[in-house]
Amino acid sequence: MDQRAIEVAGLRMSYGRTEVLRGVDLALAAGEVVALLGPNGAGKTTTIEILEGFRAPSAGYVRVLGEEPIHADEVWRSRVGVVLQSWRDHARWRVRELLAHLGEFYRPYSLPERPRPWDTDSLLARVGLADKADRPILGLSGGERRRLDVAVGLVGRPELLFLDEPTAGFDPQARRDFHDLIRGLADEDVSILLTTHDLDEAEKLADRILVLVGGRIVADGSPDDLRRRVSATAEIRWARDGVTHVHATEDPADYLREVLNAPGGQITDLEVRRATLEDAYLSLVRRVESGAPGADDDPARDFLAPEPSLAPAGVGAGATEREPGRDPGRDPGRGQGRELGREREEAR
Amino acid sequence: MLHPAVAAFEYHLITYRRTWRGTILTFFVIPAVFLVGMGWMVGGYVDGSSGNGLGASYLAYIAPGLLASTAVQVGIGEGTHAVYSGFHWARTYHMMRASPLTTTDILTGHLGYILVRVTISATGFVLVMGLLGTLGGPRGLLALPAAVLAGFSIAAFVFAYSATISEVALLDVIYRVLVVPLSLFSGVFFPVSRMPAVGQVLAAISPLWHGVELCRAATLGVPTAWGVPAHVGYLLLWTAAGFLVARRAFARRLTD
Repeated sequence: MDQRAIEVAGLRMSYGRTEVLRGVDLALAAGEVVALLGPNGAGKTTTIEILEGFRAPSAGYVRVLGEEPIHADEVWRSRVGVVLQSWRDHARWRVRELLAHLGEFYRPYSLPERPRPWDTDSLLARVGLADKADRPILGLSGGERRRLDVAVGLVGRPELLFLDEPTAGFDPQARRDFHDLIRGLADEDVSILLTTHDLDEAEKLADRILVLVGGRIVADGSPDDLRRRVSATAEIRWARDGVTHVHATEDPADYLREVLNAPGGQITDLEVRRATLEDAYLSLVRRVESGAPGADDDPARDFLAPEPSLAPAGVGAGATEREPGRDPGRDPGRGQGRELGREREEAR
Repeated sequence: MLHPAVAAFEYHLITYRRTWRGTILTFFVIPAVFLVGMGWMVGGYVDGSSGNGLGASYLAYIAPGLLASTAVQVGIGEGTHAVYSGFHWARTYHMMRASPLTTTDILTGHLGYILVRVTISATGFVLVMGLLGTLGGPRGLLALPAAVLAGFSIAAFVFAYSATISEVALLDVIYRVLVVPLSLFSGVFFPVSRMPAVGQVLAAISPLWHGVELCRAATLGVPTAWGVPAHVGYLLLWTAAGFLVARRAFARRLTD
């Protein structure tokens, strides 16, 4: 059985003469949660739509659950859940009624180990809409509407779920509830690919973050990897005897020990600040968009895997050896996109 | 479960269950008022004292024509904004395609719903005709399936057009280029034989004219121009060709 939910290499997409995707390589292991980040117009939605089978790519290798989405059959459709950027219809429908109806589409594809559709009421409870079940959809708030969208994506009990900007318009509570929902699904081994502009969200939810800029994946790694790659320095700020000090260092623990052991008065307001993911992301996007060295042939090279621990790793044993700290079962496909990219380059 | 296309069909039916009230005016009251107004008022002048040369009262003459015309208008009208919205606004089709429904299921389900809508409107119109005594006996009831066939035959082509365009304003073209000339020059209000040759050729192409011929034959008992099988066959041909064209357009639009 294929361990990879998604496998993409050299994906290109042009609209007329505009090239939107310029050789995207990415992989998603079964059960993995991956966030696809990128500025507006980077090609995120196009990528997702190609993976969902709504768009035919101009070129490249695309496999989702082992099949080519644009030619995949209805059995494949039943295994994939899609949450596009908000459906706006069904105003006259009631919440439960719509879910129950759409669920019927999946009934012929029910399996003993994966009964389809998802029971309407338990799904409503799961997405936090149980008390809105009999409401007309017209009367839902933006956040409730979005949760219904997610429920629509889940009603067929997908193995792989696509979420295009799932939490746009959520209030903080709705966002937190949603994050719990996604983590719960991940625990049930649903593979998830989501796009978002919210870096906190990506950091909380994703095992791995992919950054798409200018039609290419320019970074691929855990939130920590991403942060470290852009800036290894931390900023230490403290006050002693009423005087504020600021120091930037690559080894905050060591420096902190020095500060604390140094003779002198009481230390107050101690703060260690690492580069945030947002800092990392913005700096990354800036570097790529300003045409950093090598950006023309492969901007990804600058950012991908500068450290040994991030070197491309194959499926299974290879990954475990190189990354002893990680659970191989959770991310066998790590680095797969890069590996495919490299092979392609060698082939040229 | 039944065929997946039935599930798609049900989707539209359930939506209609909540919105049907708003459609009565457009697709039932207005045609009925039109029939009464044209038939009695205009008919008063047309019929005159010496007869109108149409072989029946003007009301009885235009009633089957307006029946076919109403059916065709529903067949066209339900395939414009509703279909465009399915791809661009509400994205109902994308939602269905994301589930295990095929493009053919989606199209068949929606066309099935159009068939229901055309049938409802035509049935209402036939009732009014019955009340006005323009059905001409039980045989006149055959005008119902004839009108439904005419209305349905054009629906899939309109679907294909609505699926292909990328500007909603282009839907107006349908009304200007198709609906108005169709209803004026397809023998609804006067015999096509009174038109110049070019008009007669255009009428022969128009599915509405074939529907009018069939409906008139049912209610007035007059012979049709081509014979009933030829008219029915022509309309079935439109239906089948339209389906193929629409399926292609839908498949393209769902993978662009």
